[in-house]
Amino acid sequence: MATDIIIHDQKDNVGVVVIEKITPKQDCSCWIMENDSTVNIQSLDEIPLGHKIAMTDLKEGDTILKYGHDIGKVVKSIKKGEHVHVHNVKTKKW
Amino acid sequence: MEIPKSFLGYKRENGRAGTRNHVIILPVDDISNACAEAVANNIKGTIALPHSYGRLQFGADLELHFRTMIGTGSNPNVAAVIVIGIEPKWTKRIVDGIAKTGKPVEGFHIERTGDIGTVMKASKKAQEFVMWASEKQREECPMSDLWISVKCGESDTTSGLAANPTVGNLMDKLEPLGVHLCFGETSELTGAEKVCATRGATKEAADKFMKTWSSYNDFILKEATDDLSESQPTAGNIAGGLTTIEEKAFGNFQKIGNCKFVDVLEPAEEPKKGKGLYFMDTSSAAAECVTLQAAAGFNIHLFPTGQGNIVGNPIEPVIKLTANPLTVKSMGEHIDCDVSKILSREMNMSQAGDELIKTTLRVANGRLTCAEALGHREFVMTKLYRSA
Repeated sequence: MATDIIIHDQKDNVGVVVIEKITPKQDCSCWIMENDSTVNIQSLDEIPLGHKIAMTDLKEGDTILKYGHDIGKVVKSIKKGEHVHVHNVKTKKW
Repeated sequence: MEIPKSFLGYKRENGRAGTRNHVIILPVDDISNACAEAVANNIKGTIALPHSYGRLQFGADLELHFRTMIGTGSNPNVAAVIVIGIEPKWTKRIVDGIAKTGKPVEGFHIERTGDIGTVMKASKKAQEFVMWASEKQREECPMSDLWISVKCGESDTTSGLAANPTVGNLMDKLEPLGVHLCFGETSELTGAEKVCATRGATKEAADKFMKTWSSYNDFILKEATDDLSESQPTAGNIAGGLTTIEEKAFGNFQKIGNCKFVDVLEPAEEPKKGKGLYFMDTSSAAAECVTLQAAAGFNIHLFPTGQGNIVGNPIEPVIKLTANPLTVKSMGEHIDCDVSKILSREMNMSQAGDELIKTTLRVANGRLTCAEALGHREFVMTKLYRSA
């Protein structure tokens, strides 16, 4: 099965869409680069190339992990399979 | 892939080697641009480097101006230089700085002569220089004569996933051959600063990095009106899926592979600790950063992009690579190296690194970059504060 989503690190709670877009209810194959393993997820939103999908349910105040590192905080709860971006995540800097 | 041991470059008087053979007409200040451009128009094969500053600057800002001017003229991609300024004193200071390399350089000042007389005198000298330079031949040079700078722009998540790690893979493969390497973008390491500091080759380098980053961060916090949401990440970054500065920073940081930096440089400062990777304190704006790296003596630049930055530089060839298939499709004329097959897993990182090494060598040997063919010559001075 082709890769729809790439995840940098196995600790990450988001993945990046690497096909033109994924559509709601699409069954997606996710490749975890760090340990070369594959997991599956069903999307809830339409998500374009390069944008992130939540790999788990996330609540306000949770930390988004990508590259195995803290890249910001959740400001609006996010369900597994939903689009993760500026509408629900903010920087902890500046 | 077996990595080639040499490239064809132009050997210079001071032992460095260039990937290009430019004769430049360098204005000392904004009001000398017209004269410099007239000379470049008269004498074919020369290029003028107009810019916006050089008057009434003082202190560290003036020192940076001189360092950038002298460094640009001294870059091994430049065969010879005509310097034109309004006043004799600052013009001479830049001429004397460039002359230390041993290359032909001559200065002209406009005061008491006017534009027309200056253009005539400078054009005669420029003709002499360009005809002399045109006889220079490329010769075999060791890979260690490559000084490679890197900076990414219009990044998106594909930059951090693939294009930036491709540059990192190249660094890991070329560092053992004794090349000089340079990364910058102080503000765009925010969020990854502590991880970046651990890449200092010595405690001294790590401490110097943290001091540099903190100083830049304090400045940003002081000047920012809100959360910089219009600037960092940029609208282009956000369209490409990047959400926060931290995410952008960890993507950015992939460019240095597993290398450690031996020292932290001031903007436009020439590295003095031998081969290896250096961090330079720069703005994250593309043209400013590349201009500073070129002024520090770097002779070839790698520029990974996501959404499609189009920047070039007048003297340092800027090689673009991208992993974003939409950018390859819609902006192909700007992309020198396409690594989008990493995302579909038809290409691994090591293969992508090899492709980039091949592209880098072709450009070092003389192949024009997309930015050169399209006429991108962005030369942008970094200004630290207001003039007097």
